Amino acid sequence: MTPIKAVIIGPGNIGTDLLLKALRSPWIEPVWSIGVVETSEGLRIAREHGLETSHEGLDSVVDQVVADGVQIAFDATSAKYHRHHHDLLAPHGIKVIDLTPASVGPYCVPPVNLAALAGEPNVNMVSCGGQATIPMVAAVSRVQPVAYAEIVATVASRSIGPGTRNNIDEFTRTTRAGVEQVGGAKVGKAIIVINPAEPPIIMRDTIHCLTEGEPDQAAITQSVHDMVADVQKYVPGYELKNGPVFDGRKVTVWMEVAGLGDYLPTYAGNLDIMTAAALRTAEMLAEGMQA
Amino acid sequence: MITIHEMSLRDGMHPKQHQISVDQMVTVATALDTAGVPLIEVTHGDGLGGASINYGFPAHSDEEYLRAVVPKMTQARISALTLPGIGTIDDLKMAVDCGVSCLRVATHCTEADVAIQHIGMSRELGVETVGFLMMAHMVSPEELLRQAKIMEDFGAQILYCTDSAGYLLPDGVTERITALREGLNADTEVGFHGHHNLAMGVANSLAAVQAGANRIDTSCAGLGAGAGNTPTEVLVAVLNRMGIDTGIDLYGVQDVAEDLIVPMMDTPVRIDRDALTLGYAGVYSSFLLFAQRAAKKYGLSSRDILVEMGRLKTVGGQEDLIEDVAINMAQAQKG
Repeated sequence: MTPIKAVIIGPGNIGTDLLLKALRSPWIEPVWSIGVVETSEGLRIAREHGLETSHEGLDSVVDQVVADGVQIAFDATSAKYHRHHHDLLAPHGIKVIDLTPASVGPYCVPPVNLAALAGEPNVNMVSCGGQATIPMVAAVSRVQPVAYAEIVATVASRSIGPGTRNNIDEFTRTTRAGVEQVGGAKVGKAIIVINPAEPPIIMRDTIHCLTEGEPDQAAITQSVHDMVADVQKYVPGYELKNGPVFDGRKVTVWMEVAGLGDYLPTYAGNLDIMTAAALRTAEMLAEGMQA
Repeated sequence: MITIHEMSLRDGMHPKQHQISVDQMVTVATALDTAGVPLIEVTHGDGLGGASINYGFPAHSDEEYLRAVVPKMTQARISALTLPGIGTIDDLKMAVDCGVSCLRVATHCTEADVAIQHIGMSRELGVETVGFLMMAHMVSPEELLRQAKIMEDFGAQILYCTDSAGYLLPDGVTERITALREGLNADTEVGFHGHHNLAMGVANSLAAVQAGANRIDTSCAGLGAGAGNTPTEVLVAVLNRMGIDTGIDLYGVQDVAEDLIVPMMDTPVRIDRDALTLGYAGVYSSFLLFAQRAAKKYGLSSRDILVEMGRLKTVGGQEDLIEDVAINMAQAQKG
């Protein structure tokens, strides 16, 4: 099989972690890394691994990227630039995987709805909290209707960059929408808590669902364990710490998400699950392109 | 002149499990207004948008409380609290539409920069804007000042040292308030929010006033999380003795405490061993009832759960972890 060529736009922490993961993929071959800062550490790492790089943005090299046969683009820049990147790439049939909160395309949470998104030109990876929690909401909602789901994501202060800090509402809004649209809850709510403890805490996520009617405890427990195993295929550090605990119609699950520590530290499971989910998505799209 | 900011209808929602009725809100707020209390906070205990499984669903929405209370005020202004990550700027717009004239944006004491959006929106909406740095015992005075300056740069006009765990002793308050008063702009006001877990509410508030704070949070009969807040009626009496004006009628707030708040209490808000543990171990005061419920459910000591929450360096908002901790402790006990 011939791997599908990919470009990573945004060589920051996320883009670089994604690059290191993609280099191991049998399906994806990262060939371009594009940033806007000449001295970028991420671009240096990309060059070391033999990628073509540019520090003058996608506009300057889009023709070369197309000529090199790139078919998949990861956008790890910011919501502000994503629309423009999409508009540059889409006319060439390059599929875009959006790690920013821009939400140009539909939300993608791989173990829940990836298969249904194969034909989409652009998919959005929701948020770190969304990737960590929506599978659990879906694990309950595929058993029986969920009237309300609420997630609490607690992340290490060091793992939260200026993008999230400057627009914290974007996290709560996007994650809530994902809990509803992909998780299947009729009403969703998302809460984020930032913890500055040293050494940094590993990402924790608590997922509460209120089912319609009495929860089917055996079926939900099985579904939760199955879903955890599905996520573990691409995030080995996705761990069920406690639950599901049933209290009336309330179902609660406590998760911990440790990263692989490729470029980002292991405690930043919140970022790892984003890059791993984005790569998983690309691999699925690549399989379709091979067929 | 010291501005007293009344907390019984917001922090007091914690010991009430957010079940204060609209009638009670209006009755208490009206009596506080009559007693000359200048500023009263009204929301879910965890601020705007706090209604949740994690923190508890309130008897009524923030909007219902605010729309009922604000029009009844003759002189008192109403404030609302918000924690970025829980409440959104849509909630801020709603609160201002209800007539709130002071918004308080709260973050953990090391995370001031997540408040940029909310402080910015509060200023844009044209209301008095407070930066509220919680769990202030966890950082040095220098770091607290650094964080306060971040909020000041975003547009906060008043900066608070918030002793959420009721852990600070008067010297610690003096150091922190002094750092804020000396380091912030001269026209920025400085405030202190205490919890009475080590019985330091009044002493710490006095230390804050003497170090240059001019806003103090208090609650009639102390109704608030943990062992409650600094009791309004006691602090007003002490400030009267010291010749410091608050504009508040002492008998009026005594009567609110005695005739309205105490009868509302589900259990006495006092320094029991759990509340004392909050102050002693430096744990977020709102964890109290959650730890007691988890202790009951899993056959544990609530004090042990609170100490473990402290050991795990948890911060405000991590109520979700209390049951997780309790399950682990119960499993460990079984061996």
